[in-house]
Amino acid sequence: MSSLIDYRTCPTTGLKVDRAAEKLIKANAVAAIVFLAIGGLFGLLVALTRWPAVHFLPADMFYLALTAHGLDVLLVWIIFFEMALLYFASAILLNSRLAGPKWAWTGFGLMLVGALITNVAVLQGKSSVMFTSYVPMMAEPPFYVGIILFAVGALIGCCVFFGTLVLAKREKTYEGSIPLVTFGALTAAIIAVFTLASGAIILIPTLLWSLGLVSHIDPLVYKTIWWAMGHSSQQINVSAHVAVWYAIAAMVFGAKPLSEKISRMAFLMYILFLQLASAHHLLVEPGMSSEWKIFNTSYAMYLAVLGSMIHGMSVPGAIEVAQRSRGLTKGMFEWLRKAPWGNPAFAGMFMSLVFFGFLGGISGVVMGTEQINLIMHNTLYVPGHFHATVVAGTTLAFMAITYILVPLIFRRELMMKKLAMWQPYVFGIGVAGISVFMMGAGTLGVSRRHWDMTFADAILPFDYPSAAFLMMGLNGIFAVMAAVGGLMYVVIVVGSVFFGKKLTDDEKPSYPEVPPESAAVSHYGSSESLKIPGTAFLVGIFFTAFVLYYFVNWKYLSEIWPLS
Amino acid sequence: MAMTPPSERIWWRQPIARIELIWIIIAFTWGLIMFFMMIYWHGAGAQNLSNEAYQIKPQVFAKHAQDMIDEYQVREESGFPVVHPPPGSDVYLIARLWQWWPILEFEKDQSYRLHLSSMDWQHGFSLQPVNINVQVHPGYDMVVTVKPDRAGEFGVVCNEFCGIGHHMMVGKIYVVE
Repeated sequence: MSSLIDYRTCPTTGLKVDRAAEKLIKANAVAAIVFLAIGGLFGLLVALTRWPAVHFLPADMFYLALTAHGLDVLLVWIIFFEMALLYFASAILLNSRLAGPKWAWTGFGLMLVGALITNVAVLQGKSSVMFTSYVPMMAEPPFYVGIILFAVGALIGCCVFFGTLVLAKREKTYEGSIPLVTFGALTAAIIAVFTLASGAIILIPTLLWSLGLVSHIDPLVYKTIWWAMGHSSQQINVSAHVAVWYAIAAMVFGAKPLSEKISRMAFLMYILFLQLASAHHLLVEPGMSSEWKIFNTSYAMYLAVLGSMIHGMSVPGAIEVAQRSRGLTKGMFEWLRKAPWGNPAFAGMFMSLVFFGFLGGISGVVMGTEQINLIMHNTLYVPGHFHATVVAGTTLAFMAITYILVPLIFRRELMMKKLAMWQPYVFGIGVAGISVFMMGAGTLGVSRRHWDMTFADAILPFDYPSAAFLMMGLNGIFAVMAAVGGLMYVVIVVGSVFFGKKLTDDEKPSYPEVPPESAAVSHYGSSESLKIPGTAFLVGIFFTAFVLYYFVNWKYLSEIWPLS
Repeated sequence: MAMTPPSERIWWRQPIARIELIWIIIAFTWGLIMFFMMIYWHGAGAQNLSNEAYQIKPQVFAKHAQDMIDEYQVREESGFPVVHPPPGSDVYLIARLWQWWPILEFEKDQSYRLHLSSMDWQHGFSLQPVNINVQVHPGYDMVVTVKPDRAGEFGVVCNEFCGIGHHMMVGKIYVVE
């Protein structure tokens, strides 16, 4: 059977590449980037409207654009890119053929058709129900049909991934255990099955309700199950982008994880505990007990958060060890100062790590504290938080790895290298600004998903403090910066994919240079003498910021009206 | 490398570096502190939700609210009745497209059992500038005991998207000395 498979050998890595898998990776990545461009444009329109001095769109178009923005970037861009990553982490990294490429194409087709149907439904204007489509607000049936088709397609993609793991094991295409990156992708795929099933469980009845076949959907039940998809699917992103961090650390530095055991255990914690995250959206709802809220919102005593904190040391630590083994041992930070900051893959990856931890991680835990949620629920603090996790974290990491995948998978030289060098900084700093200023506005009480913070049309007047207007202006400026960064990415990648210099099968691209896997890099036996003072210092700063910010918010909470 | 199978086949037997172990212990302990902090606040803190909620038909909730308005209305403002209920009583605030009905007037440092429910879609009760945010569902009556601790005029913004008039949905609560 395997003799019928069309392989080439990668001149850079020496891996055997199944051309069928390669085509699927290309298709999924291209679809992802197209939807990133569309969704990003909607995002810019949203930010320009929320910029009080600009107030760009009329109300109906604003809510339409906001619905489309959420769907296209949070769902479509990320899941398409994750499909590309799943095929890469299975068939390519394991030297194997892809199981059932025809199934994979079927899944791809369903996802594409689903995404188009939902987009058309939204653009027709009668389904501006937001990404979350909370009942009893009703969208047109095609809105739900599209999402369901998309989810089924993604589920097929996950099955192809699992099938490929089984095939590779059976055909003995690799020795020992699967690589850590593949393990991370496996984590993502397992969580994906859980979330897609939850999505089907709630969206299928909601579709029937929208068709008039079911009379009533309880709004609380809807929310509980919908978020088992909506929030848990963000953990697919976390697993996937952490896998990408490890992959980039490996490709740029030849870095090994500090400990395979610990890193894998940290991934396992995601699978075990992240499903509880639905509770983050139900902390100020009627009908749930405090016991339920506390246990679930903390992922059973913060065990999934522990997983992320472990990766937060393991990834930079692995880089530090690799750099020190090359002689960059001066002081605490020579390894970091002399890191390849001009390499967009590294720069994007490192910023993703820092922003995800400091902005997204800390804010998420604080906001997910049962009582503190009272002063943040549905304010702009919420999108502030998740733009730090999903955009500065996941999207930036995915952009970073694209710079490696274009030459290796698309077999084209990267174009506009100067522009590429700047891209992660423009996009990353823009998104970090969006996150910070939205969180700031949220702390001042400004509502999310709201067209007019001046309440000019309201019968009873109310004014937010002027600082909130300043925050939203700054948010607008940084959103423009992020949009420029996003455009740079699309131009560089699309340009390179279609017009970059073609590479023949045995031609090595000039970039990325894959480092020799130096034997000196962190032998496990040397773990006793492992020295990562720089990473330990950075982790110390992170921890201090975390503790301080956590208690500052308890103080804010203690200042509101007493409630019981 | 992280992209290749582990070089030591029996990787699960490899010792853990001390620094990583220390961080895991610190992070785990911090997780426990954060977990017990929520429980501690239920005893020691003054800001907790009650967990008291009932299923209720919108028309029944609307009737409770109307009875309250009929009994305790003190004046009218921009077409909204202003209600001054006695301290300690059950107070009903209706959320509907696109109003918070009626305007409430509380006395400072007195407790009220505030009932929140929606007549139609979901809404978000966002009391500003205090910044208290509670979700309001149709079919559910959520009871929050509030004790305003400063006098003044407060806005009630809707912070759950509820259609094209969402931005017009502003209510008011007065707190008097």
